[in-house]
Amino acid sequence: MHETDMTKALIGTIHDWWDSQPKHPTIQKIHLIVGAFTCVEPASLQFAFEVQTQGTFLDGAQLVIKDIPLVAYCHTCRADYRPEFGSQYACPECNSPMEDIRSGRELKIDHLEYVAV
Amino acid sequence: MHQTFDAAIEMNLLHANQRGADHNRSHFDQWGITCINLMSSPGAGKTQLLESTLKGLQGLNVAVIEGDMTTELDADRLRQHGVPVIAINTGRSCHLDSKMVAGGIHQLQHDHDPTALDLVVVENVGNLVCPAEFEVGEHAKVALLSITEGEDKPLKYPVMFREADCLLITKTDLAPHLEADLDQIEANVRQINPHVAIFRVSAKTGEGLAGWFEWIQQTVINQTNRLQLTV
Repeated sequence: MHETDMTKALIGTIHDWWDSQPKHPTIQKIHLIVGAFTCVEPASLQFAFEVQTQGTFLDGAQLVIKDIPLVAYCHTCRADYRPEFGSQYACPECNSPMEDIRSGRELKIDHLEYVAV
Repeated sequence: MHQTFDAAIEMNLLHANQRGADHNRSHFDQWGITCINLMSSPGAGKTQLLESTLKGLQGLNVAVIEGDMTTELDADRLRQHGVPVIAINTGRSCHLDSKMVAGGIHQLQHDHDPTALDLVVVENVGNLVCPAEFEVGEHAKVALLSITEGEDKPLKYPVMFREADCLLITKTDLAPHLEADLDQIEANVRQINPHVAIFRVSAKTGEGLAGWFEWIQQTVINQTNRLQLTV
């Protein structure tokens, strides 16, 4: 449900950029980076984006979401590992708890593709 | 022919909420208030825990910002304890965000003297998912997990339990009636968040609350010390 709010925030940020351009360009693609260890469901975000952009300056723009996996670092083994969602977050080798998260917490608007009018 | 261009944005999706949260926190800092964000699934016992806390916690002036989707039932329960309670109806939203809490802070400032307060507890909307991503300006996050919810909840909702600074395992008075494995709950949380402070409490009998009160006192002291260092 909170993907609706996130989409609103996303559109607001893009609108600020669009508004700051001298000739309002046509935005074709918005590239997002979404980590697996966040509370964001990419499919819900896609759906909310389609609904909320209808008839706006972003009508027809495509949302491209790059998924980033959860990768943790084990200090004992001095190695990266991929925790198993829902079952095992500790290191599979030595069972040390998940201390450092290397990636998976990202929630970022990365870049835009646009056509100058 | 039109040429396609590329523009780097590189901005957090929750940038606006984050900025609002920082703004709220600066108000709390200015008034010498420590703010705690209380989160759990619906029915884990946030309101009853708060009632017991308001009764038992000594020496601190407390106010509550209470988030609820439609009613003021929880806020009314808490008002009986004689502390300022600001109710925020979130409407259809399943979490508090920094803008809603800013409204609460504004009202608190209008109706009361915020400099007389030591602690503001924000009781979030009952939900194990969304509140974990939306900071409201808190200095510490507290998650509740009742023993009736099952040992696997931390594994299924890891972000909330990773983000928590303190975990309260609630309703321990029901343990004799259930096959709940409290050690397993703790072990599941620890593999996601090794440094979280964990207390087993019963808001009904008062068991374990002393440790929780001590944690609050210590958090307020740490916060006060931090502010004095930065001034």
